Amino acid sequence: MIQALAAQTEASFPVLNALIIVPIVGALVVTLLPKSRPELMRPVGAIFSAIAGALSLYVMAEFSISQSDFQFQSIQSWIPSLGINWHVGVDGISLWLVVLTGLITPLVLVAVDPHHDPKPYTAWLLLLQAGSFGAFMALDLFLFFVMFEIVLVPMYMLIGGWGYDDRRYAATKFFLYTMAGSALMLVAIVSVATLSAGDQGITFSVIELAERQALSTNTARLCFLAFALAFVIKVPIFPVHTWLPDAHTQAPTAGSVVLAAVMLKLGTYGLMRFGLYLFPEASVWAAPTLATLGVVGVIYGAIVATMQKDLKRLVAYSSVAHMGFIVLGIFAFTTQSLEGGVLQMVNHGISTGALFLLVGMLYERRKTRAIDEMSGIQSAAPIFAGFFTLVMLSSIGVPGLNGFVGEFLVLIGSYDTRRWWTIVAATGVILAALYLLWAYQRVFHGEPTSEDEKTQDLTLKEGLILAPFVAAIVFLGLYPKPLLERIEPAVEELIAHLEIHSDYVQPQLGDPVVLEENHHQDSHAGEDDH
Amino acid sequence: MVELVWLIPALPLIGFLILLLVGSRIGEPRAGWVATTAAAGSFLAAVVVLAGLLGKDAHSGDRSYELVLFQWLPSGSLKVEAGFLVDPLSITMALFVTGVGALIHLYSIGYMHGDPKYSKFFLYLNLFLFSMLMLVFGNNLVVTFLGWEGVGACSYFLISFWHRRESAATAGKKAFVTNRVGDWGFMVATFAIWSALGTVTYTEIASSPAMSAAAGTAVSLLLFVAAAGKSAQLPLYVWLPDAMEGPTPVSAMVHAATMVTSGVYLLVRMNGLLTDDALLVIAVIGAATALFAALSAVAQHDIKKVLAYSTISQLGFMFLAIGSGAYVAAIFHVITHAFFKALLFLGSGSVIHGMHDEQDMRKMGALRALMPITAGTFIVGWLAIAGVPPFSGFWSKDEILLAAWEQKNIGPLLWFVGLVTALLTAYYMTRQVILVFFGEQRWDEDVHPHESSWTMTLPLCLLAGAAIVGGGINLPLVKEWLVLEHFLEPIFAHPHHFSSGTSTKVVLAVISVVIGVLGITIATLAWLFRRIPTEQLEPEFLENAMYVDSTYARVVSGPGTSSFQKAADFDKGVVDGAVNGVGAAVRKLGQLIQPAQSGYMRNYATGVAIGALMILVVLAWGLLL
Repeated sequence: MIQALAAQTEASFPVLNALIIVPIVGALVVTLLPKSRPELMRPVGAIFSAIAGALSLYVMAEFSISQSDFQFQSIQSWIPSLGINWHVGVDGISLWLVVLTGLITPLVLVAVDPHHDPKPYTAWLLLLQAGSFGAFMALDLFLFFVMFEIVLVPMYMLIGGWGYDDRRYAATKFFLYTMAGSALMLVAIVSVATLSAGDQGITFSVIELAERQALSTNTARLCFLAFALAFVIKVPIFPVHTWLPDAHTQAPTAGSVVLAAVMLKLGTYGLMRFGLYLFPEASVWAAPTLATLGVVGVIYGAIVATMQKDLKRLVAYSSVAHMGFIVLGIFAFTTQSLEGGVLQMVNHGISTGALFLLVGMLYERRKTRAIDEMSGIQSAAPIFAGFFTLVMLSSIGVPGLNGFVGEFLVLIGSYDTRRWWTIVAATGVILAALYLLWAYQRVFHGEPTSEDEKTQDLTLKEGLILAPFVAAIVFLGLYPKPLLERIEPAVEELIAHLEIHSDYVQPQLGDPVVLEENHHQDSHAGEDDH
Repeated sequence: MVELVWLIPALPLIGFLILLLVGSRIGEPRAGWVATTAAAGSFLAAVVVLAGLLGKDAHSGDRSYELVLFQWLPSGSLKVEAGFLVDPLSITMALFVTGVGALIHLYSIGYMHGDPKYSKFFLYLNLFLFSMLMLVFGNNLVVTFLGWEGVGACSYFLISFWHRRESAATAGKKAFVTNRVGDWGFMVATFAIWSALGTVTYTEIASSPAMSAAAGTAVSLLLFVAAAGKSAQLPLYVWLPDAMEGPTPVSAMVHAATMVTSGVYLLVRMNGLLTDDALLVIAVIGAATALFAALSAVAQHDIKKVLAYSTISQLGFMFLAIGSGAYVAAIFHVITHAFFKALLFLGSGSVIHGMHDEQDMRKMGALRALMPITAGTFIVGWLAIAGVPPFSGFWSKDEILLAAWEQKNIGPLLWFVGLVTALLTAYYMTRQVILVFFGEQRWDEDVHPHESSWTMTLPLCLLAGAAIVGGGINLPLVKEWLVLEHFLEPIFAHPHHFSSGTSTKVVLAVISVVIGVLGITIATLAWLFRRIPTEQLEPEFLENAMYVDSTYARVVSGPGTSSFQKAADFDKGVVDGAVNGVGAAVRKLGQLIQPAQSGYMRNYATGVAIGALMILVVLAWGLLL
């Protein structure tokens, strides 16, 4: 398949469009399948989803390392009178999120049994994949907004249709909360497009708008805030995070995994692509506040996670902490912090995705998520416990595993521009160990009860599902270079863009000759805080 | 031959992978032999690399070899390599880590006999050894941090090895979390070094121009926070006594001979960055820790708890040496301590094994006849730690006391604290030897103490040999005999030289010998001949280690937990409450204005009329003005 694609001329085949279309076709096929054959739904869906996954791998393989601009671009005129196009493309920042979306969805389809109504379940998951692809690849604001909103529907349906007891409340809360956040973004999108029109005519092209920088400072700041509100709710950061624990806890395992691995990244990705890129000056202006909220999330999320009684809620709050690191990295504006942020988006997706899968498997066995209702699982299911331990250590950020590399780069990169934020955020590593190890001790250590004694160990099928996660956790922990070298050109470009359109200058670190000047730049960075 | 350095960590890694894949299938005792072979092979590789290093010229900088495997974290101007650095310091550490480590692997074959998780134990031991070697050989701070965290994780696995026991599970978690406090220091120090010097690679750090004094002191203190976590110094020592919940070979290897010395290694490795202000802090905390832990060891009843506090105390000595600028003395003591403390722990393990898992010294006594090899080797360890010449501990401890004496701010005070600690050390170790091996038999009739198998006694004998002659690597009698000092010299930014004259040195040495003998005498009078009433010698205050740990525990479980709970309640009540409040308010508002949509024409007509009237009024108002 891949070779057949490669045989065609690279430029002519709109592979990114295919990425979006294949899962949609899959969803249509699934809906047309006879209802009397429920066993067909997930396999057929997984095949379409896997084809999209294979296409995303093709994009990764063909992605040019040396290029910093958007690759595989495809433009079709959509609403010409308003300058709206179907315009997609990937760069180093979106590439890995596209690959993550491509690979996670088929895995989840194979891994998780919905127990009822497999047909709509499969179709919604496929639409979720298509929408996420679209949101990560859209280079047209209008297209992005459509995709950004579209993904809400399948997730709402998944939580509401296949979730746990409180699913209706959680689904409604999730939908209304994120919808409310993006309402103002729509206003901002229209404002940016119309106010930037000038002589050149109206456009929704992200690249074009970023180049024009036609808005007045205050207007740009207002528009930035509207975008940022939509994104920080999605991330989510303190204090707009409370939809997440409910959504995660009540969602079916598949929903939780995709939510953590893909959908939260729409927030941090949006902050980079549409926040920093479209509104460089406003981003620099708002950076201290947003970095602070990110760091608050790191600490606050971890503290609240510690006290959770429900294992899934605990993992959900840990997401608030991990995503806080990414927000700090984004608003520290250095090569390392931004690269670390992108890397952490991928790594958090893998670790937290795997953690939700494991919690889901545990629920299938014990029919509970309550931490104090389990004990001594490690004695009954040692291999399962071993997998859990590895993923847990990855989430704690032990070096050699993937969780470390992103957080480390974020922190070391943020140290010079956001020193005290970094020092505080680094204490998050202590808290991460605390909440995960404490939960692990209560669930896995100790004497098993008679109920726990019967816990089945990991099955071969489950092992095969977890294998790609484990492989990624170890490989990315030891050799993240292939990712970093593809992320770097885009990040450098973004920082250069920031430097051109604002008074921000990236500190030249570590050159002993400019040691004295470093001092000067520190105070300069301090001025930006106002 | 130096190029073979990669073999040293690779062998235990291979052992780990073999055991991971087929460990439970090959079972006992083959899993143990696989792991032991890997560790022994690693030691041989280290000897080969040492030979290669010694073949190079000592003074031209040739004895520093870097092997870069690949770029680990390349990001912008940050270059973090996966690379090894072979130099006198790393090979010295590696030699005793693999040597003592291999012996402890061998010992464990017998000690872990019959354990249902036999192969799992050796899997962790090999992984630990691998991590420790990454820590030692890493050519930059981040690779060292990988080993640093790796040994922390293995320590967690090994302490909570018998995880069905609640206390073991808790101790493992406590060790990991407390260590992470230190890791915070490590990370921030790394950031600060990179920010100031633009590199995290050791050789480049060493050749960088000095940082500003304030930054240097901050970095030094952050590194010391890291070291205090891993090497159990005040106030982060609390995890180490609890770590004795793990199987005894673990206590010997991880929590006495190797891992806990990594803090010392880190500071010696970064010696060029440490400022005088920071060194003074390190010396004071080291001395305080040494004294505090020795006082706590005096009143313990658990055979392993005595050794645990003794380890903390000896680590304090090492930091006292670093703080006094005597890095060689610190490394010297790391090595001799590895020999005699591993010996003592393994000896205690042999006793516990022979006594069928009894650890209370009050239920022992008169074991020397039944366990002659264990008793004999334990006595060697005792003489070494008590500072009796010519055993190894005397030489290294003496060098530290001399360095403390010469410390330029408060030297005599530091020396005096060290001396009191030495007195206490001789005392509590003598007490232990008497309680365990001499005096009257205090165990129950149904216990039948026996000597252990050869896999356990052979390591004891080899370690006893090392504990006797280990001091030989750095004898102060003739300048040429200071082998370790000459070997390590190239790694120091400012080589340390003792300034005291020979007469001062001799007087100080005699005083420390007399003090050691005094400690032994007091303990013998009290515990063997019962000439001194022993009731007052075990005050509750010291038995509870001055209540530091229990105070921590109270704070954590009291205000700590309740403040965390308050945060969780705040999240639920206030943050989420506000969200639900908005939702409820919208619904309320809807209900409130719902009657307006009554469906009656006349109501709508009235509404339109009132509205029109109001518009008219407003317009009229405008016109009038």
